[in-house]
Amino acid sequence: MIRYLYADQLLAFPKLRESMLKDRAVQFHQRLKWEVTIDANGYEQDQYDLLNPLYVIWETAAGLHGGSMRFLPTAGATMLNDFFSHLNGQPVSDDRIWETTRFCISPNAPDGSRVAALLMLAGAQLGVGLGLSHAVGVFDARMIRIYRQLGWPPEVLGTEGKGREEISAGLWEFRPELLAQLATKAGVSKDVAAHWFARAFGLERTMIAA
Amino acid sequence: MNRLVDMQDALSQATTLEEFQTFVENLRDVYDLEHLVYHSVNSTGGQYAALTYKPDWVERYIEQDYARIDPVVQGCYRQFQPIEWKTLDWSAKASRAFLGEAGEAGLGNQGFSVPIRGPSGQFALVSVNHKCNDEMWASFTSERAADLLLISHYLNEKALQIEGNPHRGPTRSLSPREKDTLTLLATGANRANIAETLKISESTLRVYIESARFKLGAANTTHAVAMALTHGLIVV
Repeated sequence: MIRYLYADQLLAFPKLRESMLKDRAVQFHQRLKWEVTIDANGYEQDQYDLLNPLYVIWETAAGLHGGSMRFLPTAGATMLNDFFSHLNGQPVSDDRIWETTRFCISPNAPDGSRVAALLMLAGAQLGVGLGLSHAVGVFDARMIRIYRQLGWPPEVLGTEGKGREEISAGLWEFRPELLAQLATKAGVSKDVAAHWFARAFGLERTMIAA
Repeated sequence: MNRLVDMQDALSQATTLEEFQTFVENLRDVYDLEHLVYHSVNSTGGQYAALTYKPDWVERYIEQDYARIDPVVQGCYRQFQPIEWKTLDWSAKASRAFLGEAGEAGLGNQGFSVPIRGPSGQFALVSVNHKCNDEMWASFTSERAADLLLISHYLNEKALQIEGNPHRGPTRSLSPREKDTLTLLATGANRANIAETLKISESTLRVYIESARFKLGAANTTHAVAMALTHGLIVV
């Protein structure tokens, strides 16, 4: 199931939190060879984890991390504005745009592409439910294929590097009609996604009628 | 329709914290609410508030350090999505006693808060409070949530500007959808066509137009389009 948890709320789920930080170490340090910091516990964490971000996590039946991503509002500190603003030419700071980072699929997930679909659905549900206009994020060339397959490719704001080194900044628009399509790809019903959202935020309806 | 623009005019004229306070009081009246609160905490712990609560309640709140047990403060300060007070946890004995006391001090039974993360670790919370039944409140929030989000962020910008926050950028850039909206308006398309082109509802379109107008400090939609064109923010 999908959980929406702020960092302080995630502390109440130690198994989920620890498995997420270890899976992030595998994906970003071992596989993608990004310059990320791994601590003595084998957890990958950065300064944005300290800002009490909102995590969207796919929790397995065993209570472990299956996949996740992280959100922060662009009115505050974001990775894009701090490190990658040259990709876009100007900082992105808007109350209806949130930054998404650390899109991670557990190496133990039996069906990684389904987990990716579930996470994209949960991200879309978050934005639509809260009346946000876009998510913004930096992604590498490998990811664009996944976004396209799911039918929700970002609008590319800027790109640098070539081949495997290529990274881009992109904007994903939150549109209510995406939910049905992403739910189909994820193999769950749209109502299930609405339930995840309502359970986390206690809102049965959307905040802003779109 | 133009309440937001009227408010923006009033807000843009505020240059002192006293005027900001007056604006907050007027805003409460415009929306016909019981109370409106703006509270900001910067990275060094400095605080500022503009609010409409009775002074003796504010004094009592500070003296008792109610921020420790206030579910609104506890629930909102670490998060960043808008929060309906009803969804917070009021079950603890101390919270219920606090709620009773707040009611006696003139607070309504309904509330909605917008947490804001600002630059350099600054943080603010804008809360509206009202006395009415659940149905009326649901209709108010669904109709006004977008306005409240927008106005909350502008309140924060203005407060930071008055306080002389050095980290503030000179102008706000338009979001991609605001640019799309103004660009299509500049081509002469009508609202129904624009909504269809952008695959959004007309009410959502209105939110984009209002927020673009707000950011540009424009008096009306035509003025906003003209300003966006002259500043090179959109290209037709």
